[in-house]
This record gives sequence, structure tokens and C-alpha cells, in this order.
Amino acid sequence: MSSPLSSMTSRLSMLFVLAATVSLAAEAQQNTVDTLHVQGNVYLLVGAGSNVAVQIGDDGILVVDPGSRETSDDVLAAIRALSDGPIRWIINTSADSDHTGGNETISQAGMTVNGNPAAIVAHENVLARMAAEDRPVTEWPLNSFFESNRDFYFNGEAVFIYHIPSAHTDGDVLVYFRGSDVLVTGDLFVTTHYPVIDLDSGGSVGGFIEGLNAALDITVPAYLQEGGTYVIPGHGRVSDEADVVSYRDMVLFVRDRVQHMIDQNMSLGQVQRAEPSLDYDSRYSNEDVPSTTEMFINAVYRSLAE
Amino acid sequence: MRVQRIIGPIICAGLFLSWAGTATAQISLVGEWTGQYHEDRDDRVPGDVQGDFTGVPMNDAARRYAEAFDVTRVAVLEHQCQPYNAAHIYRGPIQFRFWEDKDPANQEIIAYRQYSGTYMQYRTIWMDGREHPPEYAPHTHMGFSTGRWDGDILTVTTTHVKKEFYRRSGIPASDRMTMVEHYIRHGDLLSHVMIITDPDYLDEPYVNSQEFVLMDRGNQNWLYNCEYVMEVPMDKNDVPHYLPGENPFIEDYADKFGLPFEAVFGGAEAMYPEYMQRVEELINEQAQ
Repeated sequence: MSSPLSSMTSRLSMLFVLAATVSLAAEAQQNTVDTLHVQGNVYLLVGAGSNVAVQIGDDGILVVDPGSRETSDDVLAAIRALSDGPIRWIINTSADSDHTGGNETISQAGMTVNGNPAAIVAHENVLARMAAEDRPVTEWPLNSFFESNRDFYFNGEAVFIYHIPSAHTDGDVLVYFRGSDVLVTGDLFVTTHYPVIDLDSGGSVGGFIEGLNAALDITVPAYLQEGGTYVIPGHGRVSDEADVVSYRDMVLFVRDRVQHMIDQNMSLGQVQRAEPSLDYDSRYSNEDVPSTTEMFINAVYRSLAE
Repeated sequence: MRVQRIIGPIICAGLFLSWAGTATAQISLVGEWTGQYHEDRDDRVPGDVQGDFTGVPMNDAARRYAEAFDVTRVAVLEHQCQPYNAAHIYRGPIQFRFWEDKDPANQEIIAYRQYSGTYMQYRTIWMDGREHPPEYAPHTHMGFSTGRWDGDILTVTTTHVKKEFYRRSGIPASDRMTMVEHYIRHGDLLSHVMIITDPDYLDEPYVNSQEFVLMDRGNQNWLYNCEYVMEVPMDKNDVPHYLPGENPFIEDYADKFGLPFEAVFGGAEAMYPEYMQRVEELINEQAQ
């Protein structure tokens, strides 16, 4: 027969366990970041503003674009659910805050081999832009580079960073994990909306197409335009070469149509009314980003006409 | 005792629901099936005439895409080995093998599998009640399929399909399509009905049906290889297409059969019997 004290203790223990369970469940529900194993050492984290790519192995953790500042705690929790290894590297594909806002949190949670916060790598134009925007120094990619490409070895595979000089911005990079055969494109390729061609940040439609062609030079399908090299876009679903081809074709067709209209001395308003991207508007015009038809055509027109 | 009286029926109900939720003792679709091409033969076997847009409820976006489509696009390296997707593959010459995957523990059907000799494509139709993957999962040519039995009709829902065409004349199929299929067996004949919805390129559901015959002897044409090579000297990154209003072949089909182009390009409206009156009006206008 149990004593009143032990009975109370037992009830309190049950309450504690129940409360802890509810608390854990609530915490799990609050984490809006989902994880998908893409291939080899590489994972995709979804729901962090932009897509987040995470490479994991014996050397530690490499993160491409930690996502937005608001979701950085959830991203860190998702990374920690995959590995408790040290976060060594962060690579930024552009300066956009939805890709780089989490730099500080993820960097500070990591550590290079010499004890500093995880190194943030990006093209020097990204560093210059973030500095000009008065972003906190702890978010800056101080490990910047100016060459056309950079490579290093991490987690048993070569990691290549290719600078695409004038596409979405002037600081875009492609990140290719050679062993895992996964390409991370940043906003050079997305499946959810039209290209955001930021002319004021050095982007151009011609450079955008060149960047997509550069991505296609890297990707190799396994069989009949499917599988093989997987592609993590800046936003949207995991893709492969066929998806990038479809997107490249779209940008190229619209570029040619707008150029043809410019050659006929049509104004921007006339081009907009001619609906040169009608066949893609339903699919890619997206007010949530925002990246609407009007914005895309405006950027293409200005890129070609100016 | 009272608890046992309650729990007993609950367990029985649970077991019954569990049993009722699985595929049991349905008609078998197992075997090797080959197309019967009496229906839509010209479209399905030799291939459609350039500019044939009839019978597809295409919307304005699809019309614009079709106007720009240049068939020489298939010479582009990345397009050469692009197979038909799930919504298109049954509309060409095709044989497929159908088999079952059973759970070794209880012999329940986990999935139906299909292998198509056309393009060597595999399909899995999950019967175990699983959900379709999230939108961020990759799309494939054959998509992700789940099935259920409605009596003796196998109904399959497919999502996550790659962008391709509904017809080789350039009617596009978007990667946001959903395809519902019905497999209906009558002895050695199999009726296959496809109902496709597409928020990007169709005004209405696109419905097709085709017949297949069970083969007594399996065919050997199960292999398909494709190597992409530069066949025509061209800029590697050039993608042939026509600017709006400049496609010289857009009216080929209408011209060949003496049909008004408006009717050929009419989409959903032109698919219904009452449109015949409009066709007659257009033909009379052309004759004047």
C-alpha cells in the first residue's frame, strides 16, 4: 500500500512528464523548417525564407545560405537534428537577407578549426553590398573572394564555388558538391517564381541566361533527363537538369521576345501589354515573393534597352 | 469485466477497419499489355500532324506556348532524351508490364508496379495509404502515384510530374498537373482512362481513353537507349523557338484537313458537339 506522500510524488512526476511532453510537442510544432535528404552528404532545409543546403560529414557541417534571420533558430535546430558536429563553413549565394539573415546565428553556433565562429564565404560583391547596407558585421562574409571560382575539400568531397558575374545580382555563386553530385544555385534558379533580376545590384537578363547555362554545364542526368545531378534552387523544390532546362528556355524565350519588341521600337508599356510571357505567367508570376509578371518584364526590358 | 466489454468490440472494429482499408481480392491487372490503336490512331502511332491542337482544352497560355514551339528544339542536347511524361506516354505506341508488390508478412498489396517499354519508364502505384510527398520533393517523368480500388476499377492519382507536352505539336503540360486514371479490365482488354487537370495550361479537365490487350507472349521490345549527341552544328545554348506570329507551320493541320484554324486552335469550346455549328459558319465564311 502506498503512502499519501509517495502517491502525491507519483502524481507530480506524471504531471511533470506530461508538461514536458506538451512542451516538447509545442516546440516541435513551432519549428517550421522541414528537412529532406537530397543525395550523398547534402540535405535541404525548407521553410527558412530561402532554401538552405546543409552538407554533413566527418569534417563537420557546411551550410549554403542559412536563410532568414527570423528562422535562424529553427534552422539551427534542424541542423542539430542532423548532426552535432561543428559548423565549419557557411557559403552565401547572394547578399539577399532571406538567404543571409541567418549568417550570425549559424556562424556563432559554429567554429572553425582555429576557434573562430564558422567562416562565411561569398564573392566580394556580396560583402561590399552587405557592408553598404549597414548589416551587422557578424553577418558579413569576411572570407570573401574575387576570383571567378574557388574550391576546397570538405567531408570527403570537392566543393566548387563558381561566380556568376551578372545574373540575379553581381555576386551570385553556384555551389557544387562533386561527390554528392548536388548543385546549389541560390536565386539563379528557382521553381516558384520568375527570375528576380536586380539591375541595381548588377544583375542582367543576359547574364542570367549565361548563369543558367553554366549550371547546365555542371548537371548531368542519370537517365533520360532525370536524376543524376540534383539541384537545390534558391526557392522551391529539389530539381534536376530537366527542370533547369525548362527554366532556362523560359528566360531565353522571353528575352528574345522582348528584344524583338524593342527592335520594333515598342515602349515598355507596349511590351507589357503585348504579354510576352503569357505562356508562363500562371506558373511563375508570384506576388508573395514578390516576383510578378510586370516586375520580370520590366527588368528584362530595362536590361536589354538600357 | 466492464472494461473488457468495451475494449473487445473496439479491437474488433479496429481489425475490421484495418482489413477493409487494404486492397483485397480485386481483379488482377498483372501481365503484359500492348496498345490497341483503333482509337486516335493517327495521333498515337505515326504521330500528330504539326499544328494539330484539336481535342485539348488548352488555355491562352498554352496557345502562346504552342505558337512559339519549334519542333527542332529536340535537337538541343538537353532536350534530345526527354521522354514523354505520365500524362503523355499512354498516347503513343506503348507496351507495359504490370505486377504487384506484396507484403511478405500478410500478402497484402503494397504497390502496383508498371514498366513501360517506351522510354524504359517505371511507375509505382502505392496502395498502402501513404500521402503524396511535399511540394519540395523532386518531380519525375512518371510522377508519384497512389491508388485505390473502386469496385473492380483501379483509380490512380498522380502528382509531382515533370513538365512536358500533352501533344507533340507543342501543347504544354505543366509540372503542376494532377492526373487521375481509371484501369478497367474486361477479360483480356484493359480500358485506361486519364483525366488531367492543369492550372497552368488547361481550361477544363483533359480526358483521354485508350485500350490495351493482354499479350499471351511477352514482347521483347523492352529496351530503349538514348545518347545525346550534337547532331546539327549549332550554338550549344541556342533553343529554337518562334517569335509571336512567326510560326510558319501553325496552320498545317488546319490546311491539310480544310478546317478553320480558329476551330483547330479553339481549345475547350471547340471540343463539344454544339461547336459544329460554329465550324460550319467558319467554313462558310472561308468559302465566301
